[in-house]
Formats: sequence, structure tokens, C-alpha cells
Amino acid sequence: MQLEYFRMIDRVVSVDDGSIAAEAVVPEASPVLEGHFPGHPLVPGVLLLETMAQASGYLLLARLGFSRMAFLIGNKELKLRRFVRPGERLSVTARLVHEGSGYAVTDAAITGEGKRICEVREMKFSLADFPAPELAAAMRAQAERIGLAP
Amino acid sequence: MASAFDRIADIIAETSDVPRETIRPESHVIEDLGIDSLDFLDIVFAIDKAFGIKVPVETWTQEVNSGAAPASQYFVMENLAKRIEELVAAKSGG
Repeated sequence: MQLEYFRMIDRVVSVDDGSIAAEAVVPEASPVLEGHFPGHPLVPGVLLLETMAQASGYLLLARLGFSRMAFLIGNKELKLRRFVRPGERLSVTARLVHEGSGYAVTDAAITGEGKRICEVREMKFSLADFPAPELAAAMRAQAERIGLAP
Repeated sequence: MASAFDRIADIIAETSDVPRETIRPESHVIEDLGIDSLDFLDIVFAIDKAFGIKVPVETWTQEVNSGAAPASQYFVMENLAKRIEELVAAKSGG
């Protein structure tokens, strides 16, 4: 994970038509952890949500053959069960719940050492044409970096 | 079984802040009920699930934006209900 660059996923372990499994390792140090919180570094809950959104996003990009971008537009229920500290290795999973016309819905979760850390139900994504070629190229490069061949 | 109109009206009332009794066959989903695009996607997701279909929102939007179809054809409640019934019938027939 590079928290300050919003690069949350380190490696895709597996992906198929309806699900993805990925890994993310929390850095030992980051400006984000310095601020959240001084003397008690924790990965912010919103970044755990972002991590699950990115896993879902990569699943959707793979399904769409990188022809469109997935933009997070909402989610139903988020549970943050425990703190996530520097150096932790996280397993991130996402599952397609529904693909509609121009939108998709996923469920996602993060575990650590086999135990539940957090989960989110019904993350909704708008599926839209890439608004800029640079974004399309960046997503392909990111996907390649984490082992998700475009 | 409740009509498609009643089921859709129930979904809209449950998904948004619109009171059920204000939703009438002649109501325009956007102009009269004040549903925005984000709420409309929630409603479409609920309709997709309830009826087991995939509402072709992107095609409808393209048709309206290009002038090929009036917005009322898809976004006035009684017409929306008809479109949903057609999608269900097409799925059953296919």
C-alpha cells in the first residue's frame, strides 16, 4: 500500500468473472499514519473502504476489458471491526452482486490472518467511459503492476 | 400479485424520500417526484432485483438525449411500468 498515493492494492491473487482476491500490506511508516493518529497509528477507516472499492474496481475493470472506468457512488453498510496497524498484511476480496445497465454492485471484505477486519455490502459503481486517456493508461499500468493483466 | 406500477411505486417510496401516496401514474419520476440520477440508480437496482431483469437505462438515456424518444416514454410512471412489463414479458418469452 502507498497510502498517500491511494495505491491500496499490492497484488492480485486471483480473479474470475465474479470475484477477486488481492493482497495489501500496510506500510510501516506514512504521513497518513503520522496524522492518524499521533502516537497511535491506524489505517483510516475511509482508506479501508477505499481498499475494498479498489478491489471491486479492478474486478469490474477486468470484466469490462478495461473499456470503461468504475466510479464509486455509494454503499449500503460498512462495518469496521478492529484497528489496522502499520505492517499488517491484508487479504482483500470482492464479489459481484449485480451488473446493471451503466452500474454495478459488489460486496467486499478485508481479513487479516484469517480473521475479519471489515466488510461492506452493496458498493455501487457507475460504469462510464474513461473521461481522459491518461486515466485509462494509468489504470492499465496499475493493473499490470499488481498482476492483473489488462 | 400487485401491478408493476404498484411494485415500482413501493420501491420508489422505500428507496427515496418520496411519500407513496404522491406517486401517481402520471407522475414524472424526475420532474414531479424529484428523483435525481443517484437515487434513480438505487431504484433501478431494486427494480432489477425485484423483477429479475436488467433495465436498459443507458439505452433509454441515449434515446432521450439524442431526441429519438421523449423522456416521458421512460420516466412517467405509467410508461415506466409498461416498459418494465415489456422487459419481464420479453424475458419470459425468451
